[in-house]
Amino acid sequence: MEILKTYKIYIGGSFPRTESGRYYPLKSSRGETIANLCLSSRKDVRNAVVAARKAFGTWSEKTAFNRGQILYRIAEILEGRKGQFFEELIKQGIGRKAAEKEVQASIDCLVYYAGWADKYVAVASSVNPVSSNHFNFSTLEPMGVVGIIAPQESSLLGLVSMLIPALCGGNTAIVLASENLPLCAVTFAEVLHASDVPGGVVNLLTGSIHETAPVLAAHMDVNALVSEDIGELGKSLSIACVDNLKRYIQYSSGITQGLQEIIELQEVKTTWHPIEKIGGATSTY
Amino acid sequence: MAKKKESPQGTEWNYSPSPESTTHVKLEKRYALFINNEWVAPSSKAYFPTLNPANETVISEIAWANDKDVDKAVRAARKAYQEVWSKLSGAERGKYLFRIARMMQEKSRELAVIESMDCGKPIRESRDIDIPLACNHFFYYAGWADKLEYAFPTKNPKPLGVAGQIIPWNFPLLMAAWKIAPALAAGNTVVLKPAETTSLTALKLAEIIKESGLPPGVVNIVTGHGDTGAAIVNHPDIDKIAFTGSTNVGKIIQRSVAGTHKKTTLELGGKSANIIFDDAPIDQAVEGIVNGIFFNQGHVCCAGSRLFVQENVAEEVIRKLKHRMESLYVGDPLDKNTDIGAINSKEQLDTINRYIKIGIEEGAEIHQSQCAIPSQGFFCRPTLFIGVSQSHTIAQEEIFGPVLSIQTFRTVDEVIQKANNTPYGLAAGVWTDKGSRIFNLTTQLKAGVVWANTYNKFDPVSPFGGYKESGFGREGGLHGLGAYLKLS
Repeated sequence: MEILKTYKIYIGGSFPRTESGRYYPLKSSRGETIANLCLSSRKDVRNAVVAARKAFGTWSEKTAFNRGQILYRIAEILEGRKGQFFEELIKQGIGRKAAEKEVQASIDCLVYYAGWADKYVAVASSVNPVSSNHFNFSTLEPMGVVGIIAPQESSLLGLVSMLIPALCGGNTAIVLASENLPLCAVTFAEVLHASDVPGGVVNLLTGSIHETAPVLAAHMDVNALVSEDIGELGKSLSIACVDNLKRYIQYSSGITQGLQEIIELQEVKTTWHPIEKIGGATSTY
Repeated sequence: MAKKKESPQGTEWNYSPSPESTTHVKLEKRYALFINNEWVAPSSKAYFPTLNPANETVISEIAWANDKDVDKAVRAARKAYQEVWSKLSGAERGKYLFRIARMMQEKSRELAVIESMDCGKPIRESRDIDIPLACNHFFYYAGWADKLEYAFPTKNPKPLGVAGQIIPWNFPLLMAAWKIAPALAAGNTVVLKPAETTSLTALKLAEIIKESGLPPGVVNIVTGHGDTGAAIVNHPDIDKIAFTGSTNVGKIIQRSVAGTHKKTTLELGGKSANIIFDDAPIDQAVEGIVNGIFFNQGHVCCAGSRLFVQENVAEEVIRKLKHRMESLYVGDPLDKNTDIGAINSKEQLDTINRYIKIGIEEGAEIHQSQCAIPSQGFFCRPTLFIGVSQSHTIAQEEIFGPVLSIQTFRTVDEVIQKANNTPYGLAAGVWTDKGSRIFNLTTQLKAGVVWANTYNKFDPVSPFGGYKESGFGREGGLHGLGAYLKLS
């Protein structure tokens, strides 16, 4: 007899069930129940934010090199568990070819950002020649805690495309998984858990985004929110974001990849450092 | 009236008044709206007076634009964008900006005098800081106009369209330059609204723009109050809103544009920390504290309004600071000896006085300089509060005046926590002789600009803007261009 998997949520490096005890059944195209998923609550969102904030220091202060190594490690572990993702993607209704393509693209996406981790700062920073005796430079810093509403029509690749640039840039995240395609999200959390990603850096909730996203958007300790174009819900979220001037990045397509996706979740910091100028020594030799 | 200034040696120095001449200044009795390079009477037929806050006399009358006027300006900007400005090469756009920068330089003394008359800031600051920086901003962005692809390689940068820009009263011409120059360099056209109490230099800039031959409609200047600003924010044919002002208004704007295609940059309030370590050059730090909070009467979004002094030097720093405050001149903004000019408006003076009252009521110890202040006009003595804690209102809210709250600390970790414990994140200052400590602090402080052993320094090449509730987007430098471009 087959051992069925219990799909749970992921908060602060452990896999609890929702504190609310609620669930929703995920049905196959033939109407059979595939699994019962956690219907996460407001309180789960708040717990996830606390975990993400707590993890922010550790993650953002890791060396860029080390973050790159960890992202690459995620790719390695995902590669090793491909089969599990194929099966889940197929269970959720797509063909084997498409499933293989999606998993491969997700692995490639991880490798892509693993390579960016110690380069994007160099590309997007500047040294600014001010008219005074100062060394003035502008560099990038992660925004902090980022809420991610994963694309609804993609179980794995959408989530990976939106989450990994945030992590690459040193942010920590709360991910709201696709409501109707949640299986790979939970299994991907297990991959993260096995990949040296410290607990709390990624927190993942399943359930109704109409219920959880507004809580995330209004939360005063979340610095930014990312989603695809989600129409009217997006508009109400962008209003909720105003209370703490959360940055809300809405992509027209959920699956994009590039430098800009990292930079959108960075703040530019400019530093003026004094230069000592004593005497009249010049460099006219 | 001779002014008294105490020397560091304790003797008194007397300065004769040294007012800047106003005879070369050309001002109209009444200003219309600047749309399509023409002066257009407002359809509302309404005008409002603009005062000299140092003597409460009316300098001129300013048109009050309504929805219809704003619509006219947006149409002009859209037409100019589609038919002229977006078709011009970057090099040609740059030439216009260079020309405007030069003409501003030619008229810089006139602009400085008008700025001080209309805004209340000391002539020394408008002459040496505001106006040169405004000119330099045009000069700087002029050079970017034909080099945008170097700023954003592989991103095919394109202009956004029509930018609606709303600016504050604390650095009127400088803020106009911060907004207009990058917008035009990137290929956008502009509808700009100056603050209601300080429209004059923007209108003088309009004259320069007309004289420069900039194609009609590329820059439109509509004056008015909050309703005029709201008409810009809510106009459906505007692609970008750039706002500098209070966090409250910034939030109203952000709510209004939610769900629209409009991009925003918001440059909002602050409660910036200025941190003095015990190894800092104390005399230099005291000058930095003074510059941090009393520059421009404290009407500075990034003012160093929360001072953190390491405990073992607190007594010395506060003693020297009090002594230095006594030698600050508060008075006629046009007098070249003046350090602190007039508060911009009666309304702002009331706000500052309300906060001073709250500070006293909440139990902080107040100290104000003993200087004489003019009987007419809006003035406020340099003020500091000692024994302030994080829970005090004056340590949390932006006062936007010459009021400093002082706290002490023992360790680096403690001061980082205290400094970051605010919803704002615009700027910070760090004073220490140790370079490695500077970089530790500058990486830990959640602020968009960090000054080490200096404060309130600005430069066109240096990006400026905040974290958290101090807003988003940057102005100045390479990063300031991004706010006005579509990247693909």
